[in-house]
Amino acid sequence: MSGSDDAVLELRAVHRTHGAGPAAVHALRGVSLVVRPGELVAVMGPSGSGKSTLLALAGGLDRPTGGEVRVEGQPLGALDRRGLAQLRRRRIGYIFQQLNLLGSLSALENVALPLELDGTSGRRARALAVAALTEVGLPALGDRFPDQLSGGQQQRVAIARALVGERRLVLADEPTGALDSQTGEAVLHLLRRRIDAGAAGVLVTHEARHAGWADRVVFLRDGVLVDTTAPLGSVEQLLSGSER
Amino acid sequence: MSIRHGLLALLERGQMYGYQLRAAFEESTGSTWPLNIGQVYTTLSRLERDGLVRPLPESEAGQRPYEITDAGRADLALWFATPISRTDRPRDELAIKLALALTTPGVDVRSVVQAQRSATMRALQELTRLKYGSNRPEDLPWRLVLDSMVFQAEAEVRWLDHCETSLVRHQPSGPAPPPPRPDDADARDAARWAGEEARR
Repeated sequence: MSGSDDAVLELRAVHRTHGAGPAAVHALRGVSLVVRPGELVAVMGPSGSGKSTLLALAGGLDRPTGGEVRVEGQPLGALDRRGLAQLRRRRIGYIFQQLNLLGSLSALENVALPLELDGTSGRRARALAVAALTEVGLPALGDRFPDQLSGGQQQRVAIARALVGERRLVLADEPTGALDSQTGEAVLHLLRRRIDAGAAGVLVTHEARHAGWADRVVFLRDGVLVDTTAPLGSVEQLLSGSER
Repeated sequence: MSIRHGLLALLERGQMYGYQLRAAFEESTGSTWPLNIGQVYTTLSRLERDGLVRPLPESEAGQRPYEITDAGRADLALWFATPISRTDRPRDELAIKLALALTTPGVDVRSVVQAQRSATMRALQELTRLKYGSNRPEDLPWRLVLDSMVFQAEAEVRWLDHCETSLVRHQPSGPAPPPPRPDDADARDAARWAGEEARR
């Protein structure tokens, strides 16, 4: 797949090997992937196929042993640790199964934290955090602490933290965790809405029903991208084709 | 799908003529099961033969409405009360195909599995997109129909995953390709770097 000027995320022939010699584990072998604005790509594959490694590399949490990762055209390999940390804070939102909310901070403070760490004024960070909490349907619960929220509400706070500000790349690893199917669906609905508003997303999941929210699904096996579904058409096209 | 009971359920709402029944059927199933008007009239005449509906006088516009009879209501109530038997459903062509693929020389079963998984996944994406687009309260019947199809597609993908795992266990593929050579930083440094990052 060739590069693209408007790609938010681009992996070019990415390799990731853990260890060396005969004990080396090849987590990814030459994976290429382009994710554009407004596009959600789901990554599926059996355990150990390299899904989470791919996500860690895409988010600058890990470095490839070969190939290149670019976020909004910026090669991550060219950034030092400080530059990478800044890019992660400003440009990338992470949604993990482990929510990692800080128990001593309110929901609002949890959401505002990445912005304040990045030097945004307290007042502005707060305003953006309120907007993000509103986006996830929790405008009134900003003062509550994590242990005063249900599991679904905590996940929404974690999503608000991932979406706050101007993050254009959202990375989600099994984001619905142990949530019931309705709450899990609401989480994906939020993610989808943000993507439709112009962000780009990668969703790692082993649940086909969740991957169904993506525009494209790619399949990994033994660190190799083995298949991908064709992009979806419009709802109108789907409806006219529903007589199959 | 029982068109017969579908039409009875619609007539339980009130009398309707053929085109109204077709439109109402498609509306309540979100055009998932399109009906042609011939199917509607054939089904109506069978229902009439069995005493489950009766025709009413033609309207001035030449449309003949039908209404449900007491026997029709009883038949409908029985249908709602009786679970659908799995053995009433058509044979699962996919399961048969995979079983045959396993015993047919020269067939790469893992490719068959992956091709099916992509196709089913794609259908699941389409269903999800349709569901995402139907949020009005009056869309609920359609959303439930779509959900049913979503869960069936999901079950199929899970079963295909299971098939693949079983294949790997019982029919290991050939030797893995040679490991690619890292073409930049030393992997050990990268791993250490990642470890430091994780602690930050």
